[in-house]
Amino acid sequence: MGPQHPSTHGVLRVVLKLDGERVTGSECVIGYLHRGVEKIAENRTYQQFAPYVDRMDYVAAVSNGLGYCEAIEKLLLVEAPPRARVIRTILTELQRIASHLLWLGTHALDIGALTPLFYCFREREEILKILEKYCGARLTTHAFRIGGLQYEAYDTFEKDVERFCKDFESRVVEYETLLTNNRIWIGRTKGIGILSAEDAIAFGVTGPVLRASGVKWDIRKAAPYAAYDQYQFEIPVGTTGDTYDRYLVRMEEMRQSRLICLQAIENIPPGPILAKVGKVLKPPPGEVYHAIEGPKGELGYYVVSDGTVQPYRVRIRPPSFINLQAFDRMVRGHLVADVVAIIGTIDIVLGEVDR
Amino acid sequence: MADEPKQPQPPAVPTGEKPASTPSPVSTPTAKTSAPGAPAPPAKPSAPAPPKPPVVLQTPLDNEMVSRFRAKFGGAILEAMEDRKQAILIVDRARLAEIALYTRDEEKFEMLSDLTAVDWPKREKRFDVVLNLYSFARNERLRLKAHAADGEEVPSVVGVWLAADWLEREVFDMFGIVFTGHPNLKRILLPDEWQGYPLRKDYDILQQDTAWVRENLGIESGQ
Repeated sequence: MGPQHPSTHGVLRVVLKLDGERVTGSECVIGYLHRGVEKIAENRTYQQFAPYVDRMDYVAAVSNGLGYCEAIEKLLLVEAPPRARVIRTILTELQRIASHLLWLGTHALDIGALTPLFYCFREREEILKILEKYCGARLTTHAFRIGGLQYEAYDTFEKDVERFCKDFESRVVEYETLLTNNRIWIGRTKGIGILSAEDAIAFGVTGPVLRASGVKWDIRKAAPYAAYDQYQFEIPVGTTGDTYDRYLVRMEEMRQSRLICLQAIENIPPGPILAKVGKVLKPPPGEVYHAIEGPKGELGYYVVSDGTVQPYRVRIRPPSFINLQAFDRMVRGHLVADVVAIIGTIDIVLGEVDR
Repeated sequence: MADEPKQPQPPAVPTGEKPASTPSPVSTPTAKTSAPGAPAPPAKPSAPAPPKPPVVLQTPLDNEMVSRFRAKFGGAILEAMEDRKQAILIVDRARLAEIALYTRDEEKFEMLSDLTAVDWPKREKRFDVVLNLYSFARNERLRLKAHAADGEEVPSVVGVWLAADWLEREVFDMFGIVFTGHPNLKRILLPDEWQGYPLRKDYDILQQDTAWVRENLGIESGQ
């Protein structure tokens, strides 16, 4: 199957071993989008590399940027000012909603439900408009800078976010009326692609996929970064770890992200938005591993500095790449028609898988 | 497809005009000489500025966990340290799999977050194989490192954490480090027939397998 199949969301080739209609084994062939991002990092300065990270998970560029900037800040031993941290949190949560919406629309489309896509893109558009008003770009945003932010929040930023959040509450209900109790949807997702908690941990699976298997673990709670320690939100978990559970977990996560945004816009502290980091960044020699909870799972940056203006090594721990490893375990024993459901439910972005 | 980034409103990327915009090693010394003289460093909380004593970032680590490791493995734990408050254990390459199993079962680091490598070509043992671990039970992270010379094989940890399968393949692909005991060690991101290991420091950023490109893509490399 693939590499250019509409359900693979990019260029993923899956070699399936079949017994009639049943899948007895699989192998993912990846690398079609490999650009050598980690090599590029070693040949750029710390600031110059920042826009490149947006091009890995290109539907959640803001999250990538947050992880990178925070990792370098840790390496430099600086902290972004409180105001920057809150604005970062708002934008990252909006991006999480946008990423989940794109997932929901395309996942439903793969399974045969055409309508949700249009609803999802309607709301996603609102988020992209906010991002565009904030930094001028919709997808590859480069919204953050090492040490804080480049741009102050625009005049009606809070109002725009608030209006989106107000509307969004009823919008999630709309998606749910289309899918949650839909018999076809349940038939196509319940009991499909079950991943046990033990397997999920052994495969290093993180994010909504891990939580749907019943592991209550979210880096926003386990090791809070940005301004997450100031807000209250729940971590939704599933019970069986099937495709339907992963759907429910992501739906609830969108609701929780909305609550975080509402809490955050109530009180954006005044003050500077950029810490004093200087124009030439030369982190003291050493290394750091920093992980954030991206929309797809643990997004980690392992950065080694040798004291010069260029990173000695940047290793990106891509959640999509590692989650995709569990695909074989999830797909065995299912029908060919379920393969697209399982690829969709892992929520991969090939730009991040291949880097 | 409708999501092409539109024209940015603010002026071009502001971090562009850095002295090291040319990715050549020449840029490094110029930056080095200019920075200490500039008035900026004292404002930087991190930089080892002249008036302040240099910040010690790497400190030896000696806690109960390290003692347990030392008691169990003795000389195989080469070094225990902290860098920016993150725990690092440097272990003997030959006993890596055994130490990994103990770390998972006894110290409860159930998840392998990441496995990668770093190349230090001037060192006698040029590669660091780096494992970033996470413990759900303790909500802690730990980094295991093993040194390996070019051509030296590293024991695979696929038997300990299944996640290591693709990660070790990627390290093999990018660095050419062979993991003994790996069930399916072949390239993962690059084509199987590709020659060379791109993330080695002696592999230039513009370098590529020109013969492969010519044969399979039908173009001269550099196009």
